Amino acid sequence: MRLNLSFVNAKWDDLKREMEPRIKELKFSFSRIKKSPLSLVGLFLILFFVIIAVLAPELAPPKYPHNPYRIPRYGYSAIPRPPSPEHPFGLTEGQYDIYYGVIWGTRTAFRIGFIVVGSILVIGIVLGSISGYYGGIVDEIIMRVVDTFMSLPTLVLAMALVTALGRSLDNVMKALIIVGWPSYARLIRGDILTVREEGYVEAARAVGCSDLRVILKHVLPNAIYPLLIMASLDIGAMVLTAAALSFLGLGAPVGYADWGQMVSFARNWIVGPPDNPLAYWYTITIPGLFILFFVLGWNLLGDAFRDILDPKLRRR
Amino acid sequence: MNLRNYIIRRILLVIPVLFGVSIIIFVILSLFSPEQRAAAFITDVKQLRNIKSVIKTYHLDAPLYLQYFYWLKEVLHGNLGWSRTASRPVLEALFYFLPNTVELGLFSIVPIVLIGIWLGSASAVHQNRFIDHLSRTIAIIGWSLPTFWFGLLLLMIFYGYFKGLFPPEALSTSTSLYVHSPNFVRFTHINTIDALLNWKGSVLLDALRHLVLPVITLTVVQCALVMRIMRSSMLEALGKGYVTTARAKGADEKTVIKKHVKRNAMIPVITVSGYLFAGLMNGVVITETIFNRKGLGWWWWRAAVQLDIPAILGAVLFNGILFVLTNLVVDLLYAYFDPRVRLG
Repeated sequence: MRLNLSFVNAKWDDLKREMEPRIKELKFSFSRIKKSPLSLVGLFLILFFVIIAVLAPELAPPKYPHNPYRIPRYGYSAIPRPPSPEHPFGLTEGQYDIYYGVIWGTRTAFRIGFIVVGSILVIGIVLGSISGYYGGIVDEIIMRVVDTFMSLPTLVLAMALVTALGRSLDNVMKALIIVGWPSYARLIRGDILTVREEGYVEAARAVGCSDLRVILKHVLPNAIYPLLIMASLDIGAMVLTAAALSFLGLGAPVGYADWGQMVSFARNWIVGPPDNPLAYWYTITIPGLFILFFVLGWNLLGDAFRDILDPKLRRR
Repeated sequence: MNLRNYIIRRILLVIPVLFGVSIIIFVILSLFSPEQRAAAFITDVKQLRNIKSVIKTYHLDAPLYLQYFYWLKEVLHGNLGWSRTASRPVLEALFYFLPNTVELGLFSIVPIVLIGIWLGSASAVHQNRFIDHLSRTIAIIGWSLPTFWFGLLLLMIFYGYFKGLFPPEALSTSTSLYVHSPNFVRFTHINTIDALLNWKGSVLLDALRHLVLPVITLTVVQCALVMRIMRSSMLEALGKGYVTTARAKGADEKTVIKKHVKRNAMIPVITVSGYLFAGLMNGVVITETIFNRKGLGWWWWRAAVQLDIPAILGAVLFNGILFVLTNLVVDLLYAYFDPRVRLG
């Protein structure tokens, strides 16, 4: 009995010794977050939007329960109406409720961000791993494809793809996935090339680990931080591009809760009558601020990740 | 000898990328139905009645790899199809809209690079002090700004309160009429440069007034990239041995920063200028659309909205070639000025 306990104790001590540096790291990371007000701002912004997205049915009860993303209209007049108790952010062109649109638009933004970045992460990791791990002709072909995609401006290529696929939000996401994966594949490939020759990877291979296991257990964990940083920054960037496409009239169908489209509703109402030039300020300012803060939140978070996670940068 | 080999290798590297771009364009093209694609060849109402024969003549129902070669042959002969939105052939339309875009690009790239480099180096030199925090905050907000929204905000303020100070489009109507009259020689079709060459102050002033808001929009959004790269490469250069040496020898801080740090820190900024151009083209599409400035971006937007397939494909081709050429020039200049590259 006593022997057993001391064995457990010894195990526990081992575990403690093993975990100590990790716990120290974690504590250090938290102290860094607390010290950097900008990353706190980013964290709060994202939390704020998560709460809005989760509580959307409470905050803005849908008028059409089978299709909550359809913004309710209160009339058909083109002229926007200013904020009132029933419509706290006013009604935009075509009498669409701005408050309802921005609340449900938050869900649209998260959906676009997570689906697009999630997919490009998977595609990028798979193709990048194949390319870096096997090398040779496979590597050459994948990298030339990557070069080609990276030679085209995101928005122009996405525009071309959406026109070919047809105007819809799903096709915007498809286009952004096609446009977005190459930079991830290139990053992963580079990481794998540097890690491949390391002693521990060779050791793992010598013990008889399969290629998949080597990649998943030994290579990827060492390359995951830069990926996280890039993914966080890209959620912002992709939502921004999707909003731009919707603004240009290539994204969400008319009346769908989408921030970019809500800004495009405001295009004809930038300038009010001569005696009150800012009469319709609410139509443009409010949806735009939602986009700005959402993207800003992810960018600040990505920057915070960079400062916290990158061991080369953070102790300077 | 070494330099020559490098140049030849670098030029040869252009071929796979251009081939890839042609494949991408062709894949996009083949996403459309043969009937939709036939529209690109129809110039006459009579042809509408027998679309089938149009499809046959242009091999739109042939196997894909054959279609690719037919299509590539046309493209290599400079035949990119007819653009409905521009009412001219795509190749001609590219050159027709190019000057306005080049003008906007030239006027934007100067403040983007200058302000980016200045902010980036100021924030690296004063790392973790007020100026650093301020310029990083500015950069990250600029980076997060939706270009289209920021442009509209500028319009809201300047059209509302300063009517006529910074008007939309590229020229006002009266100036535009004058510019297209025989009294005004169009050397380059770039308004500001032509105005200078014709020595017409009023035209110059008018063109500049129309440039202010689009240039501000592009600068605020795009200079964050330059600033970030400049800052991180400055920080790296500040830690190098030659900086310590220069300081140890008693050089004053200003000289150290200017002669030793800044110069070396500029190299990464130059190498990303290809991406800067790509980012600029993204911004140009939105800026020109908002300010109704009839350049390439405005045309592509109209083409995308009205399903003008040849124009859209022309846009992709143009951007691919632009990126490849800018990167080629950058790399060659880089190799010429920095001998270390050739050896590597």
